[in-house]
Amino acid sequence: MLSKPLGGDDVVLSAQRISKSFSGVQVLFSVDFDLRRGEIHALMGENGAGKSTLVKILSGFEPPSSGEIFLDGQPVKLPANGAAEALGIAVIHQEFNLAEHLTVTESLFLGREVARYGILDRAYMRAETRRVLDMLGSKINEGSVISSLSVADKQMVEIAKAISRDARIVFMDEPTAVLSRGEAEALFKQVRKLRDLGTSFVFVSHKLDEVTELSDRVTVLRDGQWVKTAPTAMLDGESIAQLMVGRELSSLYPKKSEPNVDEARVLSVIGVSTAHVRDAHFDLRRGEILGFSGMIGSGRTELMEAVAGLYPRSAGEVHIDDALMPAGDVQATAAAGLAYMTKDRKAKGLLLGADMTANLTLQSLDRHGRWGYLSPASEAKALARARRRFDIRVRDAGVVAGRMSGGNQQKLLLAKVMEITPKILIIDEPTRGIDVGTKQQIYHFIAALARDGCSVIVVSSEMPEIIGLCTRVVVMRAGRIVGVLEGDEITEQEIMRYSAGLKQKAVA
Amino acid sequence: MTTNEDQTETKRRWQDVDLRAVAPFVALALLLVVGALVNPNFISLNNLANVATRSAFIALIAVGATFVISSGDLDLSVGSMVAFVASLMILFMNSGVIADPGMMIAAAILLALVVGALCGLANGLITTVGKIEPFIATLGTMGIYRGLTTWLSQGGAITLKSAEQQDLYRPAYFGSIAGVPVPIVVVLAVTSVAAFLLYRMRYGRHVVAVGSNANVARYSGIKVDRVRTYAFVIQGLCVAIAVILYVPRLGSTSATTGILWELQAITAVVIGGTALKGGASRVWGTICGAFILELVGNIMLLSNFISEYLIGAIQGAIIIIAMLVQRSLVRKA
Ligand SMILES: Nc1ncnc2c1ncn2[C@@H]1O[C@H](COP(=O)(O)OP(=O)(O)OP(=O)(O)O)[C@@H](O)[C@H]1O
Ligand SMILES: [Mg+2]
Repeated sequence: MLSKPLGGDDVVLSAQRISKSFSGVQVLFSVDFDLRRGEIHALMGENGAGKSTLVKILSGFEPPSSGEIFLDGQPVKLPANGAAEALGIAVIHQEFNLAEHLTVTESLFLGREVARYGILDRAYMRAETRRVLDMLGSKINEGSVISSLSVADKQMVEIAKAISRDARIVFMDEPTAVLSRGEAEALFKQVRKLRDLGTSFVFVSHKLDEVTELSDRVTVLRDGQWVKTAPTAMLDGESIAQLMVGRELSSLYPKKSEPNVDEARVLSVIGVSTAHVRDAHFDLRRGEILGFSGMIGSGRTELMEAVAGLYPRSAGEVHIDDALMPAGDVQATAAAGLAYMTKDRKAKGLLLGADMTANLTLQSLDRHGRWGYLSPASEAKALARARRRFDIRVRDAGVVAGRMSGGNQQKLLLAKVMEITPKILIIDEPTRGIDVGTKQQIYHFIAALARDGCSVIVVSSEMPEIIGLCTRVVVMRAGRIVGVLEGDEITEQEIMRYSAGLKQKAVA
Repeated sequence: MTTNEDQTETKRRWQDVDLRAVAPFVALALLLVVGALVNPNFISLNNLANVATRSAFIALIAVGATFVISSGDLDLSVGSMVAFVASLMILFMNSGVIADPGMMIAAAILLALVVGALCGLANGLITTVGKIEPFIATLGTMGIYRGLTTWLSQGGAITLKSAEQQDLYRPAYFGSIAGVPVPIVVVLAVTSVAAFLLYRMRYGRHVVAVGSNANVARYSGIKVDRVRTYAFVIQGLCVAIAVILYVPRLGSTSATTGILWELQAITAVVIGGTALKGGASRVWGTICGAFILELVGNIMLLSNFISEYLIGAIQGAIIIIAMLVQRSLVRKA
């Protein structure tokens, strides 16, 4: 490959003075970026800093408003809508781009189906899909329909799709946001292998430990401006965080405060079974923060949805304050004070075509007027409060949810659930795609809620979050609760041991 | 950061005007200009009031259809429902169970509303509880309501017998309030109520939420099936109101009353800018759409160079053009 060095050794893709505006609102300001052959280049920044926008511009999904892009030293105008794939550029999008009714195999080979004598070679495509999935350590069935997959599995399919294209430049926009440590490791192994073969990666993530561990260089953006590019070896997690936020961050996690032993039990789950969950028992006390850990597919989300009345349960009882909840009745559990925040914000969380107000108040409309009437003033007040409280940053207040940055969508979703001031809050991946600065705010917010007597269940694939926040941790494996850890037992090793099936504790 | 935000917020007001919401009114203005060029009589207040009055039935039905379509469903049975409700209403008035003609008409109006609501409820329950695609469910009830009408009328017409009742009831269609024909007043009143319901009430928010993503609505604690069913009931009530205006006009119905009205209603909704896949409702656009449909027919009648037998074809073309325009506007936005 002929590559003219430009701004350094072996640059494959570089961008100079890239600016971007959306209908008059500027979001990128003259950003420079270069990507070398065989490097993993991390792109960091707060929510709304412009990372996804830069990724889209460098992969041809959005045209820049001004600035130039060089591929192998030659100025190029990247073809739109993913046609840049022909140039060897693949993208794993932050928001999935999968057609819901296709199977996994069909998705992987979409647009480049393999045919022999004009007839689709299904057997070959299936085998090839299986090979890529196995390589990533994923157990997804290659014949499953996309719409039946969980968020994490959809993410795996996106990754498999990009990797299977033999691209020489791969953009990964928060590929690990919904993956747990184990799945992420499998992905990183493949990424390293491909890098050593010469593939270049751009890696966006809010998980600082992953970035310091995986990347070779780091570029930091703040408010749409380039701040710094440096070799990862010269930085640590803390200094990256400071560059992103522009100020010093105090401790990420608040001080843990355990609830008194004699606090009332607000939630008891007795022998609940669903399609994949078997016989789950646990309870929650007033003011407690209870963690749920486990691998993807261990049944955490399904159990929580069953508890919230969103998913049918085949056996067992759920009591809130000693009142038995009817199965599959969201309204009853909500009336009893339980709120559930989904991790699938695109399919179950937000109306992507509606503005922030409509999304924020959707779950709590009865608070904004009587007799079914809605008071615009009251809703506007709620929005102003939520934007302050959760630091939701948009450059245009009327923007529809689907056009907000991923992290800000997550904050909006959290704000929406909090609007009903629940007594029991179940949050599934609360900080999915949220930057460190805001993460800290959210952790302190959760701790403050618990101090005020709200009970919180945190389901998370991010181990540090579970460890830093929770006073008790339930570990699930293959649909069963396999351990409950308390106090000093709550360590990464212990949790891993239980979730990998190396250890098991009989739970009452 | 904050100063920057405030600036953009005020600055963007003008650019923010939703083109899709304005498009039907622009189209209407264009049509009026075309009509005036074709025939000077066209633009007279008298002619326009006539056209508006004639469009009232479709407009009223389409207001109901706006609810059903916004919540992501479809109701094909409305045309048959018009015939069915009207037949029952006239049969009731002919039965003479109430002697006083005024009381009789009041009772008949009430009956129409109840029957319309029940027909809508049936549609709603079949789609939600029965979990049948609305297209299929209402295709079924379309046949049922039409069949019942044919049976009631024994294939012929059902005509209002009492002259006294007819005279008393006539003004409901032919009368006017402060110079404005009653049907126009009714359409404006019903649309105002519908707009209030859609844009200012909790229920309207629920309709749009269910139409744009039923799963998100369910996870937000909204009773999705109930919202959808109510939309069908509202559709039934709107059909009943249309019938209440229709009966005094001719004083009779037959098995062919309201044929193809469902398509006209859906066309009006789509021209008005409501998304056929649900999730956005524009009820003022809807009545504008109904008016446009009638205007096109009127222009063709008044002009000499297009045969009025082509009206159906032209209306078909309009719906396709409306969809194309809408899609191009979505892209730009
Ligand atoms: N299509 C669009 N129309 C209007 N504004 C947009 C559009 N896409 C992005 N934006 C705005 O551009 C800004 C940057 O968004 P971007 O998605 O690049 O952020 P990000 O750095 O990826 O954040 P996150 O970490 O939350 O994913 C945000 O203010 C966002 O609202
Ligand atoms: Mg992003």
